[in-house]
Amino acid sequence: MYRILSKRTLGPKIREYVIEAPDVAKVGKAGQFVVLRLHERGERIPLTIVECDRKTGGVTLVVQEVGKSTQEMGDRFQEGDSVLDVAGPLGLPSDIERYGTVICIGGGLGIAPLYPIARDLKAAGNEVIGILGARSRDLLFYEDRLAAVCDELHIMTDDGTYGRKGFVSDPLREILAGGRKIARVWAIGPAIMMKVCAGVTREYGVPTIVSLNSVMIDGTGMCGGCRVEIAGEAKFACVDGPEFDAHKVDFDLLISRQRFYAEEEACAVEKYLAERRGEGVAR
Amino acid sequence: MIEPKATPMREQAPDVRIHNFSEVPLGYSEDEAIREASRCLQCRNAPCVSGCPVGIDIPGFIRAVKERKHDAAIARIKESNALPAVCGRVCPQETQCQGVCTLGKRLEPVAIGRLERFCADWEATHEACTPTVQPATGKRIAVVGSGPAGLTAAGELRRRGHDVTVFELLHVAGGVLMYGIPEFRLPKAIVQREIDALRRLGVRIEVNKVVGRVATLDELLRDGYDAAFVGTGAGLPQFLGVPGENLNGVYSANEFLTRTNLMRAYRFPEYDTPIRVGRRVVTVGGGNVAMDSARTALRLGADESVIVYRRSEAELPARKEEVHHAKEEGVQLHLLTNPVEFLGDKGRVRAVRCLRMELGEPDASGRRRPVPVKGSEFEIETDTVVIAIGNGPHPLIPQTTPDLALTKSGNIAADARTGATNLRGVYAGGDIVTGAATVIEAMGAGKRAATAIDEYVSR
Ligand SMILES: Cc1cc2nc3c(=O)[nH]c(=O)nc-3n(C[C@H](O)[C@H](O)[C@H](O)COP(=O)(O)OP(=O)(O)OC[C@H]3O[C@@H](n4cnc5c(N)ncnc54)[C@H](O)[C@@H]3O)c2cc1C
Ligand SMILES: Cc1cc2nc3c(=O)[nH]c(=O)nc-3n(C[C@H](O)[C@H](O)[C@H](O)COP(=O)(O)OP(=O)(O)OC[C@H]3O[C@@H](n4cnc5c(N)ncnc54)[C@H](O)[C@@H]3O)c2cc1C
Ligand code: SF4
Ligand code: SF4
Ligand code: FES
Repeated sequence: MYRILSKRTLGPKIREYVIEAPDVAKVGKAGQFVVLRLHERGERIPLTIVECDRKTGGVTLVVQEVGKSTQEMGDRFQEGDSVLDVAGPLGLPSDIERYGTVICIGGGLGIAPLYPIARDLKAAGNEVIGILGARSRDLLFYEDRLAAVCDELHIMTDDGTYGRKGFVSDPLREILAGGRKIARVWAIGPAIMMKVCAGVTREYGVPTIVSLNSVMIDGTGMCGGCRVEIAGEAKFACVDGPEFDAHKVDFDLLISRQRFYAEEEACAVEKYLAERRGEGVAR
Repeated sequence: MIEPKATPMREQAPDVRIHNFSEVPLGYSEDEAIREASRCLQCRNAPCVSGCPVGIDIPGFIRAVKERKHDAAIARIKESNALPAVCGRVCPQETQCQGVCTLGKRLEPVAIGRLERFCADWEATHEACTPTVQPATGKRIAVVGSGPAGLTAAGELRRRGHDVTVFELLHVAGGVLMYGIPEFRLPKAIVQREIDALRRLGVRIEVNKVVGRVATLDELLRDGYDAAFVGTGAGLPQFLGVPGENLNGVYSANEFLTRTNLMRAYRFPEYDTPIRVGRRVVTVGGGNVAMDSARTALRLGADESVIVYRRSEAELPARKEEVHHAKEEGVQLHLLTNPVEFLGDKGRVRAVRCLRMELGEPDASGRRRPVPVKGSEFEIETDTVVIAIGNGPHPLIPQTTPDLALTKSGNIAADARTGATNLRGVYAGGDIVTGAATVIEAMGAGKRAATAIDEYVSR
């Protein structure tokens, strides 16, 4: 059992948890993830490690409530409660080096996994340009944390309720077109956002890393369910990644495989919500 | 007069069992067990014993069954085999103990596996004999992986008084016994019972511990473990490498079976993990894994379940009983057929393009090599494909233990007799050493390594 040390809300359906998992906290690095299971009947959910506190054994995770499991976590798991399983750290850590000037792009929930990478890149001596994007103002979080580790921060919202109106790819293109020497770009967010960013950086020949969130079951290299195509070759995102060279990723395949269980996911949410109504709990 | 045929075991009828996940064979009653035990000739040279990889005193335990001394029978079995309830159910008996049974020369061999299962199940409902544990030695041993190899090594080492911790990366212990072999062939409660018994013996089992990431093997040895046993299995699914293999609806057998067994997707949405099975499922391969996948597909609601295998029936590596059960349940075998491409529609598989094969000259394995028949391409319509062509070594330990010597195929190089690797204090056994093999062989390796580890730490 793994205790929830703290829980807070960052935005609508976005919550931050600190979970006591000392083994993970001791060695977890930026770019790696854990697999979490809520209870006996739960599925294994991959979640990126945002921060590790080696002293308290706390591992920070940010969870967006998109389906049954993540909603249930938000509704039923409070500070002091425990989740059944946390395994990790899984996946390969980010390649943190001194590159020069780097751009770190986080879209939507991707801001959470982006933060530790930006933090470590800064600590390694890079000049870090941050670009954060969200659909609207209330969905944007961690601006303060990113501001603290970025030399320059651009904020975009789709609807213009905060920062500039537009997509994260807009400032990316402007910076690259401006001729500044950018050594590397990290782009983490929805598959379509990563695909667009990869398209922009390809034009300018800037090496770009994306973190692929394919559907995972074990997260340990045992099932092949998470496979993605990198330069035409099948790779397991959970052990060969989750970070890959953006210019070699087949994003359309990723998107298609992410959607495979849409019907079942909808059915699970429906059943869960009916159950909640039965319990008389208003959401 | 000896009964020419083995005493049959009652089974769920095929039309009933394809709608549930309960065990197919129902076990012997005491009378049936005694009847079967009476067929044994009690051969003095007992070839059956040498056919059993762990050398169970087969005539000895069978005699005890015949005399209704079931407690003596199970005690006799357990001298050599810690998991009889498992082995009695899943050993490929026809190529092991029963394959060399004297009776089998003229009549049906004694149903040794069924009798072993009877004894183990009898024990489960009666007072269990707990094995004794030697006084504490103060030596700490890490066992990596909780499949049959790791569990056997852990039990043996604990009984010798060592302090044993098993590390397992999944959320349950048991390895393939839990995530791979389906409930209808090996009920998970039986595996759990064996694991609980190990815990009672004092073996510590830590799940969710990914050795290599949480701590490397080197770190375990540095941080106070006197020796380690690596039984991490053959967990890496292999694919055919043909076009279309990453389409939606194409699963590795590991994914298909893990979703079903470990995550209980057959009870979705009561359990949270879903699985999608179409109307016609095509499974590629001919081993136990393929049979398990094809039979699982029927139970998940597929109308048709088809196995595509590139050799002929004689070469099917699966246990005979599984092939028989699969056929009874309506699994169709497309033999001498090889898939060359998966065709899709909107990202989802819709057909398998196959070639017919014929058998040519024998290859390195002694089996006749399948060669494609020119111009024989045809398509099988399908909506779900399961690739069950084998598993490679689980890569995590080799990747994170740079000095560990490996074989050409990426398995850990270990001494066949002791399991010793090139690293001091590190032993290995089971599928990670041999490649995908059998439960009983993995157990045998775990047991031999335990003896060697015991000697090593006692020096
Ligand atoms: C390496 C990795 C890191 C991730 N990090 C985070 C994170 O830090 N924060 C966060 O909120 N989310 C993260 N995700 C996504 C998260 O795992 C899914 O949102 C979650 O599993 C959805 O579960 P659900 O039951 O609530 O939703 P469902 O209704 O089951 O699914 C909703 C969506 O989530 C995706 N999804 C469903 N099951 C899985 C699964 N087993 N593995 C991956 N994706 C799945 C589906 O593509 C679907 O579009 C990460 C995914 C991966 C692979
Ligand atoms: C579907 C299927 C059906 C089968 N049917 C039969 C049958 O009928 N009869 C038969 O005799 N054999 C059968 N087999 C083969 C048999 O199950 C295996 O040979 C046997 O389980 C091997 O045992 P093992 O202990 O070496 O490895 P496994 O059972 O594979 O166990 C290895 C364990 O180690 C864990 N692990 C791996 N890496 C790490 C790590 N770094 N840290 C922590 N833990 C780790 C894994 O998660 C796993 O739990 C079947 C196999 C499959 C897949
Ligand atoms: S362990 Fe397997 S091979 Fe040995 S006697 Fe039992 S069924 Fe036969
Ligand atoms: S070989 Fe067969 S008949 Fe002879 S002792 Fe063994 S089981 Fe009995
Ligand atoms: S999630 Fe199973 S191999 Fe990656």
